[in-house]
Amino acid sequence: MVAQILFLVLTLAAIALFTVNLRKIIRNIRLGKPVDRQDQPQKRLMTMLRVAFGQSKMVVRPIPAFLHFFVYIGFVIINIEVLEIMIDGLFGTHRIFNGLGGLYNFLIGSFEILAFTVWVSCAIFLVRRNILKLKRFSGVEMKSWPKSDANYILITEILLMSAFLLMNAADAKLQLLGASHYVNAGAFPVSQYLMNILPSTESALVIVERSCWWFHIIGILAFLNYLPYSKHFHILFAFPNTYFSNLEPKGEFTNMASVTNEVKAMLDPSFVPAETEPGKFGAKDVTDLSWVNLMNAYTCTECGRCTSVCPANITGKLLSPRKIMMDTRDRITEVGQNIDKHGAEHQDGKSLLDDYISREEIWACTSCNACVEACPVNIDPLQIIMELRRFAVMEESQAPGSINAMMGNIENNQAPWKYSPADRFNWAQES
Amino acid sequence: MAELMAAGEEPEILFWVGCAGSYDERAQKITRDICKILHHVGIKYAVLGTEESCTGDPAKRAGNEFLFQMQAMTNIEVLNAYNIKKIVTGCPHCFNTIKNEYPGLGGTYEVIHHTQLIQDLINEGKLKAEGGESFKGKKITYHDPCYLGRGNGIYEAPRKALEVLDAQLVEMKRCKSNGLCCGAGGAQMFKEPEKGNKDINVERIDEALQTNPQVIAAGCPFCMTMLSDGIKLKDKEQEIKVLDIAEITARANGL
Repeated sequence: MVAQILFLVLTLAAIALFTVNLRKIIRNIRLGKPVDRQDQPQKRLMTMLRVAFGQSKMVVRPIPAFLHFFVYIGFVIINIEVLEIMIDGLFGTHRIFNGLGGLYNFLIGSFEILAFTVWVSCAIFLVRRNILKLKRFSGVEMKSWPKSDANYILITEILLMSAFLLMNAADAKLQLLGASHYVNAGAFPVSQYLMNILPSTESALVIVERSCWWFHIIGILAFLNYLPYSKHFHILFAFPNTYFSNLEPKGEFTNMASVTNEVKAMLDPSFVPAETEPGKFGAKDVTDLSWVNLMNAYTCTECGRCTSVCPANITGKLLSPRKIMMDTRDRITEVGQNIDKHGAEHQDGKSLLDDYISREEIWACTSCNACVEACPVNIDPLQIIMELRRFAVMEESQAPGSINAMMGNIENNQAPWKYSPADRFNWAQES
Repeated sequence: MAELMAAGEEPEILFWVGCAGSYDERAQKITRDICKILHHVGIKYAVLGTEESCTGDPAKRAGNEFLFQMQAMTNIEVLNAYNIKKIVTGCPHCFNTIKNEYPGLGGTYEVIHHTQLIQDLINEGKLKAEGGESFKGKKITYHDPCYLGRGNGIYEAPRKALEVLDAQLVEMKRCKSNGLCCGAGGAQMFKEPEKGNKDINVERIDEALQTNPQVIAAGCPFCMTMLSDGIKLKDKEQEIKVLDIAEITARANGL
């Protein structure tokens, strides 16, 4: 009975804490500017099913896709087991689903095989990060916390899977001993090989089985509460992020309605613009970005596929699309913390541009969309870069000199070079 | 265009030449070859001549939305005044801007890139690869322009135009949706690159050279500049030609 109450309290506390943190993240995302992503629900649903659920963009790199698939499918399916653990924990039962008979054996057997593949995949991932030191996982933005974060996640998953398998091994051994409470249920294709390393007395086995059971469930509840602080949050946000992703051609950049009004008024003095709230052009800080940009930032799992295909980054420039996303997330988190501590009106005098992302970074972008194409969850770093450029150019007139010259040429000669408009048709005369 | 209008006629298609195609010496050759192809198949086309002006693409990618929309609305006024329905462009940047960004500002047209026009003409049997230079068996590698490929998902049209040559098409390691930028996009064409350890066009040329090509095919005047500069830098101008798909098509047909 005490165990059941303890279980209930822990579960409720974990869910409550997670809810508080999740709501904070959603509030932070809502600090972004509105953008309509409710159109074409069917196409959006299909995109989500294909890209997030079906992992369609992962296959570009087969080895990590294969390993990630095991971890992903393991995560989804082993959660059925968590449901049983929940019921057992609350009602003091043991392996409540064993009534399913053959199906139950099949399920437990499958979970074991999946747990094993998750274990192996995570171990390989650790090797790739820490021993092989793949280039994709390095970079200026991948020091300290982000580096540790990735390792914590992998180690936690290995520990959780180990606990699950050890728990089953102890259970299987107890079943063989005919221990009361331990009904004959389940198939143990993996954990049967662990039985030999376990003690042989019933009391010791019960301690192992119960410890692993508690470790496994407390571990899951703790991991749930680790998510909001971690890149691992993508396991939840990959779904809404792909659903609300851009469906238009990647080459198409948004036309700013506020500018349209002013340009129309300039070209046609009789034009009366519709009332729009005066705002700044482009983005200086995260709250000038759209909520989709901010959701992108929380979804990023720092895999670095974007940065590894970025032509600027490949050729040694400072720009890294992954850093753009991580900076955006760190800054919106900071803005959220300021609100919690000092109220909504508080200004800390910092901004995304300059305090996090430098001018050198935003001007190195070729707008080639390789980062957008590469992202397995449809994050768009390019849009953030463009918004920062818009602020630099339209609010501050702070473009590189040669860019100013180019724009001057367009204004005066209707071409980015210094040629006379009268000569535009000369190509037809020469040959 | 003004002349056609004065004669009370309408073109089947408007050829949007673009600033590079109008002023850049290298790109002018591509412009003239596109005209030769249009003439060869008997399409009634027009150009705006001195009434054309920058689409505003480089201003927009640089962050100057004002200048972009000023250019866009001025151009849309001209295009709508001539009642233009269909446009072919010689540049993926003009193509992307007019096709995707003009409709929201009042300019809706059917817009195609010249490689799509060539593909259509080949499919319709109006254009073949005969009567001119033979590319048979030649090693050709095609560089995907970002705003044609990733930007608008057009990967097959330019390849189709090369397939009829009976040449040997070799893909670079990074091609199609994974293609590497030439380094000119996003207004980079008009500025010095940021500090790094290599120029992007050199990175791309190094990759192209690995396919050991005789011809590097391009579909964008900016890519043309970047790739040609790269080839010059590598001192390979004699062995390797950088040619636009339109130029290759025109040559293959003896135009």
